[in-house]
Amino acid sequence: MRSIKLKAAVISLLLFLLFIGAWHMATLPKESTSLAGANAEYAALMGKGAEKSGGFPPPLEVGQAFVKYLADPFYDHGPNDKGIAIQLGHSLARVGLGFFLAVLVAVPLGFVIGMSPLLLRAFDPFIQVLKPISPLAWMPLALYTLKDSNVSGIFVIFICSIWPMLINTAFGVASVRRDWINVARTLEVNPLRKAFLVILPAAAPTILTGMRISMGIAWLVIVAAEMLVGGTGIGYFVWNEWNNLALPNVIFAITMIGVVGMLLDMIFGRLQQLVTYRE
Amino acid sequence: MSAHFLIVEALKKAYPAANGQPNPPVFEDIHFHIDKGEFVCIVGHSGCGKTTILNVLAGLEEATAGDAFMDNREVRGPSLDRGVVFQGHALMPWMSVLGNVAFAVKSKWPEWSKEKVREHCAGYLEMVGLGDALDKKPAELSGGMKQRVGIARAFAIQPKMLLLDEPFGALDALTRGTIQDELLKIVQATHQTVFMITHDVDEAILLADKILLMSNGPHAKIAEIVEVTMPRDRTRAGIHHDPQYYKIRNHLVDFLVNRSKTYAGAEAEMFHDAKNPPLVRPGLEGDRAPVLTLATERPAPQLKQAINQ
Ligand SMILES: Nc1ncnc2c1ncn2[C@@H]1O[C@H](COP(=O)(O)OP(=O)(O)OP(=O)(O)O)[C@@H](O)[C@H]1O
Ligand SMILES: [Mg+2]
Repeated sequence: MRSIKLKAAVISLLLFLLFIGAWHMATLPKESTSLAGANAEYAALMGKGAEKSGGFPPPLEVGQAFVKYLADPFYDHGPNDKGIAIQLGHSLARVGLGFFLAVLVAVPLGFVIGMSPLLLRAFDPFIQVLKPISPLAWMPLALYTLKDSNVSGIFVIFICSIWPMLINTAFGVASVRRDWINVARTLEVNPLRKAFLVILPAAAPTILTGMRISMGIAWLVIVAAEMLVGGTGIGYFVWNEWNNLALPNVIFAITMIGVVGMLLDMIFGRLQQLVTYRE
Repeated sequence: MSAHFLIVEALKKAYPAANGQPNPPVFEDIHFHIDKGEFVCIVGHSGCGKTTILNVLAGLEEATAGDAFMDNREVRGPSLDRGVVFQGHALMPWMSVLGNVAFAVKSKWPEWSKEKVREHCAGYLEMVGLGDALDKKPAELSGGMKQRVGIARAFAIQPKMLLLDEPFGALDALTRGTIQDELLKIVQATHQTVFMITHDVDEAILLADKILLMSNGPHAKIAEIVEVTMPRDRTRAGIHHDPQYYKIRNHLVDFLVNRSKTYAGAEAEMFHDAKNPPLVRPGLEGDRAPVLTLATERPAPQLKQAINQ
């Protein structure tokens, strides 16, 4: 068990080094000066003459971007130049708020729907139609009605988080073992006690699976949403650096998006473990 | 109303078929009664409707027709007066052993203090030999231990009547014997009224005062009521030495193997009155070979076979 972990870690490291090596080889400077000159001209035009951007950045350059941004993650030099932690913080705040609102709606509603076969059927067509809509398709409507890009971003997170949680909660509640319900019935347990002490714990693993899926989607969507509405956030950062043609920064931001997404998923994995019971 | 504690009258259950048409009833014309302190077992082939009857008595399911009365009151919906031990133990896996029993106890006596609940539950878990496992989760217990928690949970609410659905069905023979002994002890000490389903003829003879024999479904009925006439202070080890034991056992096995399928159809009514199923005491019959005796005493089943041929 231990040895397989160790072996896997060694192989992971080798794969990483291989990847970096291949990247390095592929981005070795070419001899064609004319192209480089044109690029330099273009770079100068974009006001970034100091930074050399000869094609795809080599790993070393990207590494420098990592060092630069991670060394001071909290600086704030005006609207277009903020530290990475601040940008991530804005994104996480939007995701957190939208997700939290979605939990407030989806879990109680899913609970009620799951308890009643009638309501489950009645809500089903709406869920089926609304679920496959790309969350970004809501953006124009949200911007028009909410009149605020920040609130619209939160709304988009809300709307994309709600479906997996709603469906999983309803499914989890509807498929609580008949036996457990019958135990509660023979004990004349009142509805509130039954909901919180029997149905909720029984359905909790399924509900948390829904939350985990929702959080994954929300983190995917926030980047796109922030690219669209601009202002702050990691998505805006990516877009801004692309406009500056600062590809090392873009690659750095992409990596950060991946790492934060992984951490979020790990948190929900832990929560899932906490509520999972062994039969 | 009569003095019987539990009365079942003309009970019938028909499930709707997939196409909405009514199926033939699983059982009909079920009449029987149980007195206070009596231990009644019901045996019959799989699918004849035993669980359905128990669920109706528990109030978990509604009968198509007929009534059940307990303590002179109609059975309507589940009640804390009837404790149920489910076939598959039905413990909540996210609660500890103590938590499972406490959940039941708090439901019955919401005003009790934490300490009192704990003490009460621990006492009943002690009784089933699980005093050391209070804080374990059900997943950490063996099948027999889980079933014992289920029994403790049902006993702990001190119901007027216990309903047991094949409580030992999933257990190996050795564990089953141990728990049977425990149940026997508890019941002898508490004079609990019990209705129990079992597939095990020996178990029924060991535990029961009366055994209801159910014929095969559909249209299942109570075919006979067998009184277990052996003294009440039975033990699993000693029961085999009683000459009555084999007579009763042969009678039950003969019913299950040969006669249980002969009670369906109109011709059965010629020899069988479902409203007053015959009460038999095979243990007190003379030393005749039981199977032969029955064949000559009961011409009707053969009549039916003759008709079928
Ligand atoms: N919910 C249901 N819908 C339709 N038919 C059902 C339903 N529940 C039970 N039945 C039918 O009723 C009959 C009796 O079922 P029941 O579970 O009471 O049998 P049983 O005597 O307890 O059998 P076993 O000994 O195998 O537990 C069976 O034929 C079964 O197919
Ligand atoms: Mg059954």
